[in-house]
Amino acid sequence: MTDDTTAEGRRAHDLYDDEVVEEARTVRPYALTRGRTRAGRGDLPLEALVRGVAGATDPTSTTERRRIIELSTASILSVAELSAHLSLPLGVVRVLVGDLADEGLIVVHTGSPSAAPAATNLKVLESVLNGISAL
Amino acid sequence: MAFPRSDVVADATPAQQVPGGGAPTAPITVKIVVAGGFAVGKTTFIGSISDIEPLSTEAAMTEHSLGVDDAGGVTDRKTSTTVAMDFGRIALPGDLWLYLFGTPGQDRFHFMWDDLIKGAIGAVVLVDTERLDQCFDAVDYFEARQIPFVLAVNCFDGVARHDLDAVREALAVRPETPVFYTDARNRQATKQALITLVTLAMSRMQG
Repeated sequence: MTDDTTAEGRRAHDLYDDEVVEEARTVRPYALTRGRTRAGRGDLPLEALVRGVAGATDPTSTTERRRIIELSTASILSVAELSAHLSLPLGVVRVLVGDLADEGLIVVHTGSPSAAPAATNLKVLESVLNGISAL
Repeated sequence: MAFPRSDVVADATPAQQVPGGGAPTAPITVKIVVAGGFAVGKTTFIGSISDIEPLSTEAAMTEHSLGVDDAGGVTDRKTSTTVAMDFGRIALPGDLWLYLFGTPGQDRFHFMWDDLIKGAIGAVVLVDTERLDQCFDAVDYFEARQIPFVLAVNCFDGVARHDLDAVREALAVRPETPVFYTDARNRQATKQALITLVTLAMSRMQG
Protein backbone atom coordinates (compact mmCIF):
# COMPACT_ATOMS: atom_id res chain seq x y z
CA MET A 1 0.00 0.00 0.00
CA THR A 2 3.02 2.25 -0.30
CA ASP A 3 1.32 4.24 -3.07
CA ASP A 4 -1.39 5.35 -0.73
CA THR A 5 0.89 7.01 1.77
CA THR A 6 1.42 9.95 -0.56
CA ALA A 7 -1.25 12.48 -1.30
CA GLU A 8 -0.89 11.72 -4.97
CA GLY A 9 -1.20 8.01 -4.39
CA ARG A 10 -4.22 8.52 -2.20
CA ARG A 11 -5.96 10.56 -4.87
CA ALA A 12 -5.23 8.02 -7.57
CA HIS A 13 -6.38 5.32 -5.21
CA ASP A 14 -9.63 7.13 -4.45
CA LEU A 15 -10.35 7.63 -8.10
CA TYR A 16 -9.46 4.34 -9.63
CA ASP A 17 -8.93 1.55 -7.20
CA ASP A 18 -12.33 1.16 -5.66
CA GLU A 19 -10.44 0.79 -2.40
CA VAL A 20 -9.34 -2.73 -3.12
CA VAL A 21 -5.79 -3.30 -4.12
CA GLU A 22 -4.21 -6.55 -5.14
CA GLU A 23 -1.01 -6.88 -3.24
CA ALA A 24 2.26 -8.30 -4.37
CA ARG A 25 4.79 -8.82 -1.63
CA THR A 26 8.18 -10.35 -1.57
CA VAL A 27 7.45 -11.81 1.86
CA ARG A 28 4.02 -13.06 2.73
CA PRO A 29 2.99 -10.88 5.66
CA TYR A 30 1.88 -13.73 7.86
CA ALA A 31 5.31 -15.31 7.55
CA LEU A 32 6.23 -12.72 10.19
CA THR A 33 3.75 -14.30 12.55
CA ARG A 34 4.77 -17.87 11.69
CA GLY A 35 1.40 -18.34 10.05
CA ARG A 36 -0.69 -17.26 13.00
CA THR A 37 -3.59 -14.99 12.18
CA ARG A 38 -4.86 -14.54 15.72
CA ALA A 39 -3.02 -13.11 18.67
CA GLY A 40 -2.89 -15.36 21.71
CA ARG A 41 -4.91 -12.80 23.63
CA GLY A 42 -7.61 -12.47 20.96
CA ASP A 43 -8.18 -9.56 18.65
CA LEU A 44 -6.93 -6.32 20.10
CA PRO A 45 -9.05 -3.28 19.31
CA LEU A 46 -7.57 -1.12 16.53
CA GLU A 47 -7.51 1.77 18.95
CA ALA A 48 -5.79 -0.16 21.76
CA LEU A 49 -2.75 1.84 22.82
CA VAL A 50 0.71 0.38 22.93
CA ARG A 51 3.58 1.63 25.07
CA GLY A 52 7.10 0.28 25.06
CA VAL A 53 8.55 -0.82 28.39
CA ALA A 54 11.66 1.21 29.20
CA GLY A 55 14.82 -0.85 29.33
CA ALA A 56 13.22 -4.03 28.01
CA THR A 57 15.46 -6.13 25.81
CA ASP A 58 14.13 -8.29 23.04
CA PRO A 59 15.97 -11.60 22.74
CA THR A 60 14.34 -12.58 19.44
CA SER A 61 14.41 -9.27 17.69
CA THR A 62 13.20 -8.98 14.12
CA THR A 63 12.95 -5.70 12.21
CA GLU A 64 9.20 -5.55 12.73
CA ARG A 65 9.34 -6.33 16.44
CA ARG A 66 12.14 -3.81 16.88
CA ARG A 67 10.14 -1.12 15.06
CA ILE A 68 7.09 -1.73 17.22
CA ILE A 69 9.18 -1.41 20.37
CA GLU A 70 10.95 1.71 19.07
CA LEU A 71 7.79 3.49 17.96
CA SER A 72 5.82 2.68 21.09
CA THR A 73 8.70 3.67 23.34
CA ALA A 74 9.02 7.03 21.59
CA SER A 75 5.32 7.77 22.13
CA ILE A 76 2.25 5.81 23.08
CA LEU A 77 0.27 4.91 19.94
CA SER A 78 -2.48 2.67 18.69
CA VAL A 79 -2.38 -0.70 16.98
CA ALA A 80 -3.80 1.02 13.87
CA GLU A 81 -1.01 3.61 13.88
CA LEU A 82 1.62 0.89 14.23
CA SER A 83 0.08 -0.91 11.27
CA ALA A 84 0.21 2.29 9.20
CA HIS A 85 3.77 3.18 10.19
CA LEU A 86 5.05 -0.35 9.56
CA SER A 87 3.02 -0.77 6.35
CA LEU A 88 1.85 -4.12 7.64
CA PRO A 89 -1.71 -5.47 7.67
CA LEU A 90 -3.61 -4.95 10.89
CA GLY A 91 -3.88 -8.69 11.50
CA VAL A 92 -0.12 -9.12 11.43
CA VAL A 93 0.49 -6.20 13.78
CA ARG A 94 -2.09 -7.54 16.21
CA VAL A 95 -0.28 -10.86 16.46
CA LEU A 96 3.13 -9.21 16.87
CA VAL A 97 1.81 -6.77 19.49
CA GLY A 98 0.17 -9.67 21.35
CA ASP A 99 3.47 -11.55 21.39
CA LEU A 100 5.47 -8.56 22.61
CA ALA A 101 2.92 -7.86 25.34
CA ASP A 102 3.01 -11.49 26.48
CA GLU A 103 6.78 -11.24 26.68
CA GLY A 104 6.56 -8.07 28.76
CA LEU A 105 8.32 -5.90 26.20
CA ILE A 106 5.36 -3.60 25.63
CA VAL A 107 2.21 -2.76 27.55
CA VAL A 108 -1.19 -2.68 25.88
CA HIS A 109 -3.83 -0.30 27.23
CA THR A 110 -7.36 -0.96 26.07
CA GLY A 111 -8.08 2.75 26.31
CA SER A 112 -11.01 2.42 28.67
CA PRO A 113 -11.28 3.30 32.35
CA SER A 114 -13.24 0.07 32.92
CA ALA A 115 -13.55 -3.36 31.34
CA ALA A 116 -16.26 -2.04 29.03
CA PRO A 117 -15.38 0.08 25.98
CA ALA A 118 -15.08 3.76 26.82
CA ALA A 119 -17.89 4.54 24.35
CA THR A 120 -20.40 2.78 26.62
CA ASN A 121 -19.60 5.22 29.43
CA LEU A 122 -21.91 8.24 29.47
CA LYS A 123 -19.36 10.39 31.30
CA VAL A 124 -16.79 9.68 28.62
CA LEU A 125 -19.29 10.59 25.90
CA GLU A 126 -20.04 13.85 27.68
CA SER A 127 -16.35 14.67 27.68
CA VAL A 128 -16.12 13.76 23.98
CA LEU A 129 -19.08 16.00 23.18
CA ASN A 130 -17.67 18.93 25.15
CA GLY A 131 -14.24 18.37 23.65
CA ILE A 132 -15.47 18.35 20.06
CA SER A 133 -17.69 21.37 20.68
CA ALA A 134 -14.70 23.32 21.97
CA LEU A 135 -12.52 22.52 18.93
CA MET B 1 -27.43 0.84 24.88
CA ALA B 2 -25.52 -2.34 24.41
CA PHE B 3 -22.73 -2.24 21.89
CA PRO B 4 -21.44 -5.41 20.39
CA ARG B 5 -18.10 -6.07 21.94
CA SER B 6 -15.80 -8.91 22.47
CA ASP B 7 -15.36 -10.44 25.89
CA VAL B 8 -11.74 -10.84 24.99
CA VAL B 9 -11.20 -7.14 25.50
CA ALA B 10 -12.58 -7.26 29.00
CA ASP B 11 -10.69 -10.42 29.85
CA ALA B 12 -7.45 -9.02 28.56
CA THR B 13 -7.55 -5.85 30.63
CA PRO B 14 -6.21 -7.04 33.99
CA ALA B 15 -3.27 -8.86 32.41
CA GLN B 16 -2.31 -5.74 30.52
CA GLN B 17 -1.98 -3.48 33.48
CA VAL B 18 1.46 -2.59 34.61
CA PRO B 19 2.37 -4.44 37.78
CA GLY B 20 3.11 -2.26 40.79
CA GLY B 21 1.68 1.11 41.68
CA GLY B 22 3.59 3.24 39.20
CA ALA B 23 1.50 2.43 36.16
CA PRO B 24 1.69 5.26 33.63
CA THR B 25 -1.76 6.38 32.64
CA ALA B 26 -2.80 6.05 29.04
CA PRO B 27 -5.29 8.23 27.20
CA ILE B 28 -8.87 7.03 27.02
CA THR B 29 -9.62 6.10 23.43
CA VAL B 30 -12.93 6.30 21.63
CA LYS B 31 -13.69 5.89 17.96
CA ILE B 32 -16.19 6.86 15.35
CA VAL B 33 -16.58 4.98 12.08
CA VAL B 34 -16.90 6.99 8.87
CA ALA B 35 -18.56 4.83 6.24
CA GLY B 36 -19.40 5.62 2.67
CA GLY B 37 -18.98 4.69 -0.96
CA PHE B 38 -15.67 5.17 -2.69
CA ALA B 39 -14.52 8.71 -3.44
CA VAL B 40 -17.38 10.15 -1.37
CA GLY B 41 -14.86 12.10 0.69
CA LYS B 42 -14.20 9.94 3.76
CA THR B 43 -10.51 10.77 3.93
CA THR B 44 -11.23 14.46 3.32
CA PHE B 45 -13.80 14.40 6.11
CA ILE B 46 -11.34 12.77 8.51
CA GLY B 47 -8.51 15.07 7.42
CA SER B 48 -10.61 18.19 7.97
CA ILE B 49 -10.54 17.65 11.73
CA SER B 50 -7.74 15.18 12.50
CA ASP B 51 -4.67 16.31 14.47
CA ILE B 52 -2.52 14.02 12.37
CA GLU B 53 -2.38 13.66 8.58
CA PRO B 54 -4.77 10.77 7.89
CA LEU B 55 -2.88 7.49 7.95
CA SER B 56 -3.63 4.49 5.83
CA THR B 57 -3.64 0.93 6.98
CA GLU B 58 -4.91 -2.22 5.43
CA ALA B 59 -6.87 -5.26 6.37
CA ALA B 60 -6.63 -8.48 4.45
CA MET B 61 -9.74 -9.81 2.87
CA THR B 62 -9.82 -13.41 1.79
CA GLU B 63 -12.52 -14.44 -0.56
CA HIS B 64 -13.40 -17.96 -1.41
CA SER B 65 -14.52 -17.82 -4.96
CA LEU B 66 -16.05 -20.71 -6.77
CA GLY B 67 -15.37 -20.39 -10.46
CA VAL B 68 -14.75 -22.16 -13.70
CA ASP B 69 -11.12 -22.54 -14.66
CA ASP B 70 -9.65 -22.33 -18.14
CA ALA B 71 -9.99 -26.04 -18.69
CA GLY B 72 -13.71 -25.83 -17.97
CA GLY B 73 -13.49 -27.46 -14.57
CA VAL B 74 -14.91 -25.95 -11.42
CA THR B 75 -12.26 -24.56 -9.15
CA ASP B 76 -12.43 -23.50 -5.58
CA ARG B 77 -10.11 -20.57 -5.65
CA LYS B 78 -9.00 -18.45 -2.77
CA THR B 79 -8.07 -14.91 -3.65
CA SER B 80 -6.59 -12.52 -1.20
CA THR B 81 -7.03 -8.78 -1.51
CA THR B 82 -6.49 -5.98 0.89
CA VAL B 83 -8.73 -3.10 1.77
CA ALA B 84 -7.32 0.29 2.57
CA MET B 85 -8.62 2.03 5.62
CA ASP B 86 -7.77 5.64 6.35
CA PHE B 87 -7.93 7.04 9.84
CA GLY B 88 -7.20 10.10 11.88
CA ARG B 89 -6.90 11.08 15.52
CA ILE B 90 -8.10 14.03 17.58
CA ALA B 91 -6.79 14.75 21.07
CA LEU B 92 -9.52 16.12 23.33
CA PRO B 93 -9.25 17.63 26.81
CA GLY B 94 -9.30 15.11 29.65
CA ASP B 95 -6.67 12.89 28.03
CA LEU B 96 -9.17 11.58 25.49
CA TRP B 97 -8.18 10.43 22.05
CA LEU B 98 -10.88 10.22 19.41
CA TYR B 99 -10.06 8.04 16.42
CA LEU B 100 -11.95 8.36 13.16
CA PHE B 101 -11.82 5.25 10.99
CA GLY B 102 -12.93 5.43 7.37
CA THR B 103 -14.32 2.33 5.74
CA PRO B 104 -15.94 1.50 2.41
CA GLY B 105 -19.72 1.33 2.55
CA GLN B 106 -20.50 -1.80 0.55
CA ASP B 107 -21.40 -5.06 2.22
CA ARG B 108 -18.41 -6.97 0.90
CA PHE B 109 -16.54 -5.03 3.56
CA HIS B 110 -18.66 -6.43 6.39
CA PHE B 111 -15.69 -8.33 7.70
CA MET B 112 -14.10 -5.01 8.59
CA TRP B 113 -17.18 -3.38 10.03
CA ASP B 114 -17.65 -6.01 12.73
CA ASP B 115 -14.16 -5.28 13.90
CA LEU B 116 -14.37 -1.52 13.52
CA ILE B 117 -17.71 -0.98 15.17
CA LYS B 118 -16.80 -2.96 18.28
CA GLY B 119 -16.66 -0.37 21.04
CA ALA B 120 -17.34 2.55 18.68
CA ILE B 121 -19.53 5.52 19.61
CA GLY B 122 -21.32 5.10 16.29
CA ALA B 123 -20.98 5.89 12.62
CA VAL B 124 -21.18 8.81 10.25
CA VAL B 125 -22.41 7.55 6.87
CA LEU B 126 -21.22 9.93 4.18
CA VAL B 127 -23.72 10.11 1.36
CA ASP B 128 -23.13 11.02 -2.26
CA THR B 129 -26.57 11.75 -3.68
CA GLU B 130 -25.38 10.75 -7.14
CA ARG B 131 -24.59 7.31 -5.82
CA LEU B 132 -27.06 6.63 -3.06
CA ASP B 133 -26.83 2.89 -3.62
CA GLN B 134 -23.30 2.90 -2.22
CA CYS B 135 -24.54 3.49 1.30
CA PHE B 136 -27.54 1.11 1.37
CA ASP B 137 -25.47 -1.68 2.88
CA ALA B 138 -23.95 0.48 5.58
CA VAL B 139 -27.39 1.82 6.56
CA ASP B 140 -28.79 -1.74 6.72
CA TYR B 141 -25.85 -2.90 8.78
CA PHE B 142 -25.99 -0.13 11.38
CA GLU B 143 -29.77 -0.23 11.65
CA ALA B 144 -29.84 -4.01 12.14
CA ARG B 145 -27.29 -3.74 14.95
CA GLN B 146 -28.87 -0.67 16.51
CA ILE B 147 -25.62 1.23 16.20
CA PRO B 148 -26.11 5.00 16.43
CA PHE B 149 -25.49 6.54 13.01
CA VAL B 150 -26.15 9.74 11.14
CA LEU B 151 -26.41 10.39 7.41
CA ALA B 152 -24.20 13.25 6.30
CA VAL B 153 -24.96 14.26 2.72
CA ASN B 154 -21.76 15.61 1.23
CA CYS B 155 -22.22 18.72 -0.91
CA PHE B 156 -19.27 18.50 -3.23
CA ASP B 157 -19.47 21.99 -4.63
CA GLY B 158 -21.38 23.59 -1.82
CA VAL B 159 -24.61 23.07 -3.72
CA ALA B 160 -27.27 20.76 -2.38
CA ARG B 161 -28.69 18.88 -5.31
CA HIS B 162 -31.24 16.83 -3.46
CA ASP B 163 -33.77 17.63 -0.87
CA LEU B 164 -32.93 15.95 2.44
CA ASP B 165 -36.42 14.49 2.69
CA ALA B 166 -35.91 12.86 -0.70
CA VAL B 167 -32.64 11.32 0.55
CA ARG B 168 -34.35 10.13 3.70
CA GLU B 169 -37.11 8.56 1.67
CA ALA B 170 -34.78 6.94 -0.83
CA LEU B 171 -32.74 5.37 1.95
CA ALA B 172 -35.85 4.53 4.00
CA VAL B 173 -34.18 5.39 7.29
CA ARG B 174 -36.09 5.65 10.54
CA PRO B 175 -37.53 9.08 11.37
CA GLU B 176 -35.19 9.48 14.36
CA THR B 177 -32.06 9.06 12.22
CA PRO B 178 -30.45 12.47 11.64
CA VAL B 179 -30.00 13.39 7.96
CA PHE B 180 -28.14 16.61 7.19
CA TYR B 181 -25.86 18.33 4.70
CA THR B 182 -22.16 18.45 5.31
CA ASP B 183 -19.05 19.60 3.50
CA ALA B 184 -16.24 17.11 4.04
CA ARG B 185 -13.63 19.82 3.43
CA ASN B 186 -14.98 22.07 6.12
CA ARG B 187 -13.77 21.60 9.68
CA GLN B 188 -16.83 23.28 11.20
CA ALA B 189 -19.21 21.10 9.18
CA THR B 190 -17.30 17.96 10.17
CA LYS B 191 -17.33 19.07 13.80
CA GLN B 192 -21.10 19.52 13.62
CA ALA B 193 -21.55 16.06 12.09
CA LEU B 194 -19.57 14.49 14.93
CA ILE B 195 -21.51 16.48 17.54
CA THR B 196 -24.79 15.26 16.05
CA LEU B 197 -23.61 11.65 16.23
CA VAL B 198 -22.31 11.84 19.81
CA THR B 199 -25.50 13.57 20.92
CA LEU B 200 -27.53 10.77 19.32
CA ALA B 201 -25.41 8.10 20.99
CA MET B 202 -25.86 9.79 24.38
CA SER B 203 -29.61 10.13 24.00
CA ARG B 204 -29.85 6.43 23.09
CA MET B 205 -27.87 5.55 26.17
CA GLN B 206 -30.05 7.67 28.41
CA GLY B 207 -33.16 6.53 26.98
